[in-house]
Amino acid sequence: MIPEHESVFNSNHLKLYYGKLFPFSDLVKWVSYGNDGKHPGCDQSYIGRREFSFTLENDIYLRFQSFNNALELENSIKERSPVKIDIGPVYTVDPSKRHAYAQSDDNAFAPVERELIFDIDMTDYDDVRYCCSGADVCLVCWPLMTIAIKVIDTSLRDDLGFKHILWVYSGRRGVHCWVCDGKARRLTNEQRGAIADYFRVYKGNENSHKKVSLTGAALHPFLATSYTNVLKNYFEKNLLTGQNLLATEERYEKILDMIPDESIASELRGRWQDSRRSSSAKEDINVVRWEQCKQVLQSGKHKAQGLRRCIEEIVFSFTYPRLDMEVSKHMNHLLKAPFCVHPKTGRVCVPIDPNRCEEFDPTTVPTLSQLIEELNSEGSRTDDDGELNRTSLGNAITLFRSSFLQPLLKACKEEIENCYNLKLQQSKNSLGW
Amino acid sequence: MEIFRPHSRKNVFSSSNDASSVPTIPLYRSAPPLEVRLEDFESFAIDRLRGFFFLRLSTFVFFASSNSKDLLLIPSPFAPRVLTTYSASHIYFSRGFPMVKELLKVNMRHQYTSEVLNKDIISHFVLRLVYCRTEDLRKWFLSMESALFRYRFRLLSAEAQKAVMEEFNLPYKAVSNVEFESVKDKLVQVARSMGQPSTADAIFYKVPFEEVPELVAGRKVFIKQGYAYVAMNQIVSLVATLFRSQLSKALILTNRKWTSSIREQEKHRLTPIVEALSSSYLGPDYSQSRENADISLKDIEQFAKSSFPLCMRHLFDKLKEDHHLKHGGRMQLGLFLKGVGLNLDDALAFWRAEFSKKVGLEKFEKQYAYNIRHNYGKEGKRTDYTPYSCQKIISSTPGAGDHHGCPYRHFSEENLRAAICGMGVNSRAMEDVIDKVRNRHYQLACTLTFEALHGMSCDAGINHPNQYFSDSRKILDSKTSAISLSRMLQSRVFWLLHKVLEPFSGVYLVPQVMDLQRENVVKSSMQPPKQFKCGSWNSSHYPGSWLKTRHSLLYTFHLYG
Ligand SMILES: [Zn+2]
Repeated sequence: MIPEHESVFNSNHLKLYYGKLFPFSDLVKWVSYGNDGKHPGCDQSYIGRREFSFTLENDIYLRFQSFNNALELENSIKERSPVKIDIGPVYTVDPSKRHAYAQSDDNAFAPVERELIFDIDMTDYDDVRYCCSGADVCLVCWPLMTIAIKVIDTSLRDDLGFKHILWVYSGRRGVHCWVCDGKARRLTNEQRGAIADYFRVYKGNENSHKKVSLTGAALHPFLATSYTNVLKNYFEKNLLTGQNLLATEERYEKILDMIPDESIASELRGRWQDSRRSSSAKEDINVVRWEQCKQVLQSGKHKAQGLRRCIEEIVFSFTYPRLDMEVSKHMNHLLKAPFCVHPKTGRVCVPIDPNRCEEFDPTTVPTLSQLIEELNSEGSRTDDDGELNRTSLGNAITLFRSSFLQPLLKACKEEIENCYNLKLQQSKNSLGW
Repeated sequence: MEIFRPHSRKNVFSSSNDASSVPTIPLYRSAPPLEVRLEDFESFAIDRLRGFFFLRLSTFVFFASSNSKDLLLIPSPFAPRVLTTYSASHIYFSRGFPMVKELLKVNMRHQYTSEVLNKDIISHFVLRLVYCRTEDLRKWFLSMESALFRYRFRLLSAEAQKAVMEEFNLPYKAVSNVEFESVKDKLVQVARSMGQPSTADAIFYKVPFEEVPELVAGRKVFIKQGYAYVAMNQIVSLVATLFRSQLSKALILTNRKWTSSIREQEKHRLTPIVEALSSSYLGPDYSQSRENADISLKDIEQFAKSSFPLCMRHLFDKLKEDHHLKHGGRMQLGLFLKGVGLNLDDALAFWRAEFSKKVGLEKFEKQYAYNIRHNYGKEGKRTDYTPYSCQKIISSTPGAGDHHGCPYRHFSEENLRAAICGMGVNSRAMEDVIDKVRNRHYQLACTLTFEALHGMSCDAGINHPNQYFSDSRKILDSKTSAISLSRMLQSRVFWLLHKVLEPFSGVYLVPQVMDLQRENVVKSSMQPPKQFKCGSWNSSHYPGSWLKTRHSLLYTFHLYG
């Protein structure tokens, strides 16, 4: 469990963090997508049309902030010292001047670009984790987030063909995902909704959407791949024993509930009630029971439909990513910027490497107080990145740059260049005509 | 008299449509360089409206048997079955209306005659003028033309479909054999996941996934590296969307031209015709779904018979019979009714009406009303309780005197047979249902019952009683001519309807065709129900019957004179 560092989060520390460590220029380079004015094809107004929002210490919420460059952003943040910075969409016009357009036509102020985003929060998993609940996370339940990253990241890349994907620890109990490819940023709400639905397996109404129902003679290739490559292994090798999913009557009843065939459920119930006494300490009881469950459900006589999917349904229920659909479906949702400090835990929202996400440990993410201590203990050497590198934030920033920002900017520059050349070509042609 | 002044007297076949030799459908890209007589201007337009009308009468399929003058309307969900039952020679579309026949032709593999094509194109452009003038008119016209387009596109040969896609500049390439082989397993997997037969010989197109959002959302396509593999039969929706958006833009332009010049220029000639045409025919959109619509108390009885799953139907019948249900039954049925849209007041009235007959009004208010309000979140913890799912119902353990639970699971086989039979399932389907029950696949048994009663497959399977209900309503509403018919009668279509139906001696709406045999079509069509009141008609009242509508329609015409 991650203790809440109320004490470590004080406004002086935050000021110092923004003053010395927060990577303003990286952040602005990112959301400018190559429109830095160095190329004649750049869109000079681009960064200024992006919405930022600040939450100040006394719960004051400032929406529709906009900045023309990294320096403006830096000055404003240093001055206001917000406890939370959110990033919104790119609008048709500068969001801070939106009122000037309010009188004109309906579409004068509207979002035109926005990263495709995903928000996965541990609280949505409370019915499948027994170690903690609500806002708490620990190393026993964190694998649920690892699974989510692996499943969604793989599909975003292999299925949807996206390349520039940023995963960020939300600072407390979940992860955020930013898909930044040009194509992703320009998706319509309808297209975003379609992607969110592609990832959704929980069916039913608002109040009961924790239920997985897999029908049809086969799983869709995306689900099948997720199942064999990620879900099954994590369920059997990790969550089954980690969460003790079958250890007590209350817990195994929940799984028996998911077996539509009452006679099979009662057969298993009978065996498990007996085995309470006789089980030896040699083998983990969860593993033993799961094997029995699989064996009964997959044995020849029960191969018919309905039951064939039952094992998969159970595994999906306990492992499959639970997305906050609304966040992904609409362009104008705000999402917390990377490298913010979570006001309750004091932890920095650091990027997570999807290729090594199983190594990510939320309990060792640098906290604000830890960073300040590191800053103070090292005396006063003041070259720019040197400051960063001697704190534990250095690795996080290096990861952000090398695995995300650099390849992204390279692709953006190429896109701008190509676009520009195409336009030149077209204008030449039209002159000729 | 000329209305479109041509630059040359070329035939419209010079348009892109016959650039290739593949017969296809016109896309109406440009106005025809043709001379049109004023009387044709109007009559072509009316013919096209007739085409719409036939298409609309719900995408029904129309039959006229060759040896009678009767017209049979069959709801389209059943059309494929009927088409296999009848040989093509038995199928006539609207005898006496060559235009409608051409528009809605079953077999379009032969080349249009130039006369028909001209008529098709002219009538389209006339109606553009008629329906460009308000948002409502445009919307209606768009939906009609899109439906017609879809309908005709589906009937084209694969070759012709490709030609249309090229016309639309869809840069999609058919997946090559080599590539097809490399992803074949996945494509088969997708097809199986949707409960469709294998797609071994189908043609697939690679389409950027964002261009087919509805296919992505339903996981109905295999997606790899940003491209969706779209089967030919799925491409219809894509092409139709393009057709619609191009037509939509064109209509706005037409409207501008109309208001800026044509209206004034044609003040004495076309304008009166155009205005008369649009005011005389604007049918309501029958396709509007009634999803989320609340149901009212008076509908319950009828819906219980037509659209409740067995578990709810049984509780409903028992409640009517005993005027009482025990707690488990009240919960299961009560929450279900809440789920289908019965509001709290109606729910109280519903339970009160039954229970008061047994326990008296006072006891009901004291003991039971609280519970109902509780279910609606108005009492106690104020939790808004949700209807039970199949799983919950199947795993419940009803005791003596209880009627809740899943009949497929909790009834004896004998009782179950009687109950299913009572719902109207035929004996062959019954054996399949019982077979599933014996293998303890209760939800599959319920799904088969649903399929037998609705004559349609239910690919997703039944997982929730409320899903059963809403799926059932969707099918019944789309095929219930009763609803369409009564709505139609309230609309301003009488005169046209009259014209459309005139040549037929009888018009029959065929609500259910599951057991349709070639033989009994003619026989039973001769015996319409004796009493028939239009408007109150509903398919569930006369399962399998054929309804003759002509007299009542004519009656209505007289009323509106
Ligand atoms: Zn935990």
